[in-house]
Amino acid sequence: MTTRRLAVVSAGVGVPSSTRLLADRLATAATAALREHGVQTEVEVVELREHAHELVDAVLTGFVAPGLRPAVDAVTGADGLIAVTPVFSASYNGLFKLFFDALEDGVLDGKPTLAAATGGTGRHSLALEHAVRPLMAYLHAVVVPTAVFAAPEDWAGGTAGVPALDRRIARAAGELADLMAARPVAPAPDPFDDPVPFEQLLRGE
Amino acid sequence: MQLLEAGIEMGMQFGVFSVGDVTPDPTTGRTPTEAERIKAMVAIALKTEEVGMDVFATGEHHNPPFVPSAPTTMLGYVAARTQRLLLSTATTLITTNDPVKIAEDYAMLQHLSDGRVDLMLGRGNTGPVYPWFGKDIRDGIPLAVENYALLRRLWREDVVDWEGRHRTPLQGFTSTPRPLDGVPPFVWHASIRSPEIAEQAAFYGDGFFHNNIFWDAGHVRRMVQLYRRRFEHYGHGPADRAIVGLGGQVFMRRNSQDAVREFRPYFDNAPVYGHGPSLEDFSELTALTVGSPQQVIDKTLSFREMAGDYQRQLFLMDHAGLPLKTVLEQLDMLGEEVIPVLRSEFAARTPAGVPDAPTHESLKAQTEVTV
Repeated sequence: MTTRRLAVVSAGVGVPSSTRLLADRLATAATAALREHGVQTEVEVVELREHAHELVDAVLTGFVAPGLRPAVDAVTGADGLIAVTPVFSASYNGLFKLFFDALEDGVLDGKPTLAAATGGTGRHSLALEHAVRPLMAYLHAVVVPTAVFAAPEDWAGGTAGVPALDRRIARAAGELADLMAARPVAPAPDPFDDPVPFEQLLRGE
Repeated sequence: MQLLEAGIEMGMQFGVFSVGDVTPDPTTGRTPTEAERIKAMVAIALKTEEVGMDVFATGEHHNPPFVPSAPTTMLGYVAARTQRLLLSTATTLITTNDPVKIAEDYAMLQHLSDGRVDLMLGRGNTGPVYPWFGKDIRDGIPLAVENYALLRRLWREDVVDWEGRHRTPLQGFTSTPRPLDGVPPFVWHASIRSPEIAEQAAFYGDGFFHNNIFWDAGHVRRMVQLYRRRFEHYGHGPADRAIVGLGGQVFMRRNSQDAVREFRPYFDNAPVYGHGPSLEDFSELTALTVGSPQQVIDKTLSFREMAGDYQRQLFLMDHAGLPLKTVLEQLDMLGEEVIPVLRSEFAARTPAGVPDAPTHESLKAQTEVTV
């Protein structure tokens, strides 16, 4: 059975966090959708809250400390990404941005990505479209068309009350699974293993 | 062996490099004047020789809060007041300086100092400095490549015709004075994170310096290994004989707790990493050692495990607002208690055949053998 690696990044700050809850549901749905493609999924969850200090240090020092490295490697080596943030002041929160700032250039190139968010009211839902999606576009991620936003009312009402959120989760996870199943992400070339030969640099290439 | 008999062999080189920042002393709030800071850098350079170390290297900056904009002026003055100290830079900006002026300035310094000169080339990472000198930071690598290719020719060919993309063409140009004894100064290329610069150093068989005070050991190892592998690839000799320099940063007291207590306010408020990682975390990850002389010895010896046998070790001693008096005390301790031990310990660990860093004398001897 083919295997794909799925990285799930949650920028929730509460414990427990509704952002993490949404991230887990998306991961479960994506795993189920990949299984329908005959693909097994290895899920690795990155809780950014646990790396908050290291993320600030990375911004100030310019390098990723060893404690943060596994989180960065999980995203770098993944075939797909689920990125979930709470909406703060009409955008992703600072923790979410710090993490994507700490990645090397090119890490998200062509990576199938599902963007999702939580917020205190449904009126924040377009933050996914005007904030998260442009960030991911800049990083050259391939973001699936359906973004998933969960407001407080989405968690209410038991089985009868949540079908709208469930449907969005299933649709977005299905879109992500289609992309991930189609092909594994090629690893980015390593400039240390494979430097540009100097003759080429001399010619101004 | 020939060199050894000629008394040229000196083993590993130890020295001090200064960034030349004017920073308030966080414990007193006092900021030195530019004049005080410049004179302090000179005093530190003279002390470096006095305590038995080999190299003093000055930074080059063109923006506050840094004072050393004119490295060869400062080094010329230091040359006149020292006997055997090697004068170097950390770094000379190969991007925004005119390579013609670099060729002339450092050849001049060679003559004034009887050959006690080498230089370390770097690109500079302050965006606005590039346009102030008519350049663009996005051309950093192409500028470093083209300017250095021209610099080499200016030192090695008496008459140069040249045309490139980043400077006005030259027709029938002779850079004066010619390098002392026809031997250009040895060049180190420094970069913290650009593999292209390690590649450049390897291509020419020049030295490669990694300022590991800012980055973690794993990264330093990768950069140095890339340089070593490509040095061999380009036919300059085995990878383990490539010429490597490393940084370091120390603050010592007899009792390591005293060192930590005294240095912490300087660390916490330092430019670059201040207000970020803790002193303890940063010490674990980078080349910073705050502790006893023995801890400095142990940490510095560990650099060899990380980067292989290397030729030059420079220490940052004077930044973040440390008063001159403290820095001079630190240099006394370094010279008396640390460097002699490091010299013998490194010598004992270094296999035969690992070359010293080239000096004017060794390069001159090499030219004579070749001719």
